[in-house]
Amino acid sequence: MKKLTIIFAAFLLLASFKPEGLKVGDKAADFKLKNIDGKMVGLSDYKDSKGVILVFTCNHCPFAKKYEDRVIALDKKYKSLGFPVVAVNPNDVSEVPEDSYDNMQKRAKEKGFGFPYLVDETQATARTYGATRTPHVYVLQNVKGTYTVKYIGAIDDNSDDAKAVKEKYVESAVDALLAGKEVSTNSTKAIGCTIKWKKA
Amino acid sequence: MIKTAVILFSSLILFSGAKVGVVNMAQLHHRVNVSTDFIKDSKIGLSDKTNDTLYVVNFWATWCKPCVGEMPFFIKADERFRSQKVKVVFVSLNSVKEISQVDKFVAEKQVKQEVLLLNAGNPNVWIDQVDSSWSGAIPATVMYRKGQKTFFKEGEFTQNELDSIIKTKIN
Repeated sequence: MKKLTIIFAAFLLLASFKPEGLKVGDKAADFKLKNIDGKMVGLSDYKDSKGVILVFTCNHCPFAKKYEDRVIALDKKYKSLGFPVVAVNPNDVSEVPEDSYDNMQKRAKEKGFGFPYLVDETQATARTYGATRTPHVYVLQNVKGTYTVKYIGAIDDNSDDAKAVKEKYVESAVDALLAGKEVSTNSTKAIGCTIKWKKA
Repeated sequence: MIKTAVILFSSLILFSGAKVGVVNMAQLHHRVNVSTDFIKDSKIGLSDKTNDTLYVVNFWATWCKPCVGEMPFFIKADERFRSQKVKVVFVSLNSVKEISQVDKFVAEKQVKQEVLLLNAGNPNVWIDQVDSSWSGAIPATVMYRKGQKTFFKEGEFTQNELDSIIKTKIN
């Protein structure tokens, strides 16, 4: 009986540990998610790249909209240098119909996304990474097939005005990695829309 | 034909003129003030350790659905606990460019509580100053009493949750 109680207590303790998500320095979790063209895309598709700029984003969020052109620009600038953008929409479509698969396809076409725009239908990828808002960026570095989280946070320090940006956090992080240096500011915060989690 | 067009055109000018007039009136009376420091501007006064008012500061934005959804709970709590020295302050994280939208929203919803629109510079700096556990997602709520932070939560409330937290903080 006592043993059972201990096991039960241990179980409760374990259950109370919420997964906090990945931190800088952690091994990046692989995923396989459906792209807007119907194909499955994951980190294993980027074996030859130096890394990936993983962006949790969506259609509806005003902050994600403000950063849309900047995400496109990041991909344009860094894809050829070995750091392409991979965008993931984790939102519950029943909460925000604007973030549906159809609308993702539409938006990507309108804006001419040059990168995959994946749907995280089970929200498992967003949970594993610990993403909380859109946009939320993870810069992942690939060393011989192992991806490591090198930066987590905002794209830059001014969502409102791209011209008034003083610190381009993601660019600085990727530039440092390309130069073989450590990322100096490896974690930042920004206001954003909460990820719309499925109601249990 | 020309006459009709002229009448139509002039009534259009008249109409748009009237509309502009209304907008100007609204601009003259901003209900919402821009703030670079919500603690100072809402007179929370963190240096005053004897101030036993519980300040409930709710971070929101007009575009944030869950924030708009929980706003009535904060208004109700403010009314319910006012006699027990509870004061709700809404801090909007809309961009400064959107101030007339925030004004309009606050007027339409008849929000009587203090509403500030925060313009505090780099969020990577001030988010941590509010609370180090805050990722920056909204809604988020922070409470202060007697010159100290007594509560922080990222995420939305139900009326019951909010009321019971407030009760524990004023006793």
